[in-house]
Amino acid sequence: MENVKRTPLYELHEELGGKIVDFAGWALPIQYSGISQEHHAVRNQAGLFDVSHMGEVMVTGNEALAFAQYLVTNDVTTLSDTQILYGMMCNEAGGVVDDLLVYRLEEKRVLLVINASNVDKDFAWISEKAKAFDIKVENQSNQTAQLALQGPLGEEILQTLTDADLKKIAFFHCQEGVTIKGRECLVSRTGYTGEDGFEIYCKPEDATDLARDILEAGADRGLIPCGLGARDTLRFEACLPLYGNEFDDVITPLEAGFGFFVKLDIEDDFIGKDALKKQKEEGLTRRLVGFEMAKGISRHGYPVMDGDREVGFVTTGYKSPTLGKSIGFAIVEMAYTEMGSTFDIQVRKKLLPATVVSKRFYRKNYKK
Amino acid sequence: MKILEGLLYTKDHEWVRVEGNKAYIGISDYAQEAMGDIVYVELPELDEEFEQEDTLCAIESVKAANDIFLPIAGRVVEINEALEEEPEAVNEHPYENWIACVEMADQSQLKDLMNAGAYEEFIAEAEEE
Repeated sequence: MENVKRTPLYELHEELGGKIVDFAGWALPIQYSGISQEHHAVRNQAGLFDVSHMGEVMVTGNEALAFAQYLVTNDVTTLSDTQILYGMMCNEAGGVVDDLLVYRLEEKRVLLVINASNVDKDFAWISEKAKAFDIKVENQSNQTAQLALQGPLGEEILQTLTDADLKKIAFFHCQEGVTIKGRECLVSRTGYTGEDGFEIYCKPEDATDLARDILEAGADRGLIPCGLGARDTLRFEACLPLYGNEFDDVITPLEAGFGFFVKLDIEDDFIGKDALKKQKEEGLTRRLVGFEMAKGISRHGYPVMDGDREVGFVTTGYKSPTLGKSIGFAIVEMAYTEMGSTFDIQVRKKLLPATVVSKRFYRKNYKK
Repeated sequence: MKILEGLLYTKDHEWVRVEGNKAYIGISDYAQEAMGDIVYVELPELDEEFEQEDTLCAIESVKAANDIFLPIAGRVVEINEALEEEPEAVNEHPYENWIACVEMADQSQLKDLMNAGAYEEFIAEAEEE
């Protein structure tokens, strides 16, 4: 694989038998032992993911919070130090530039964690919008490695490697300067699997040894290394959106059904607010739904049909490893969004029936 | 990785077992390994007719749908319905679990396929790239 970037953990992935693919320009393992096995490990014990490809942008300065508030759809003013929120950066038309986590490390220091596939686009966007604010923005993506330790046994495993009391890091909170076997890390109780767990940010040169220590500490508790395949099935079941699937620069967060993270009723302005307000007032013409199929499996991009009329498209579809059912998300015209509505999914040459169900396929198992 | 003697192979990693005028089609050990956990086998219809290189059916792994190509023209005379209930059997025993059997329209098309030795070389070359 040429012209593909490698994370600091690349050699370890090869050593552990990872099946390496090109993901957003990064050579990363799609799986090690198998997607199903890795998926179940995270639901029942724990899994370790290399997410060093994610982007990190540090915002510092007097107006760091004001800037974040303007950039992001969610209400950053609700955060206290060490608290984190999820939201989207929207364009002026209300489409999504990217979704991200906002870490309020301190009043004048805010960390934005963005998608690997969007780092260059996002950083250009953020830098442009930052000009009007008294802040400095720095793309730290290449100086930051990231591991995600996810699953119900994640805390117990990580606790064996640090003196910091992990219980004190609450859901969507973080702590800086956590020493894990002598290596200084930023640790947050966040993730992308629907399970309890941590995301651990460290120096690139520490990442491989840190991963080895964690894998060793968790081996007898069922911890296994996990790849991007399981990361996607896990986030999907937990109804966590993926940029490029559930929304993108022309699908708004309201259409994708993530209006909860868009605070239209607060006074502060954010990019895209007017457009999204207008969309809400006029009413949506399409919206994301969950669906179930008795036969066949849907995939990203498959057309949703009513007879010979296309009424939507599948954003993500799988045979769910946890539920054993064929389920998916689709963005469809409003007439098809009621629970129990039916339509067909075009699976290759066949039209296969699907029924709208709650998109909360799996109840998140967070420790709050 | 296992390659079975006595079968013919395609560059898309299907195998063909010839019995008289009938050809049983499956996927190789290499193919099942590459696909990962198989969760669904979409079988062709009985009596359906196909041209050479047509998509015969699809095998879905957790991650994606994979088209299975028919290397020889023919009419489907048997399908392995057991795979509807137990698709993972293809992962476990790829050479025992054929997908469909066709009555060949033109046996001379078999000459386009590789024997076990040639297939092994083909994989080795592909791996080097």
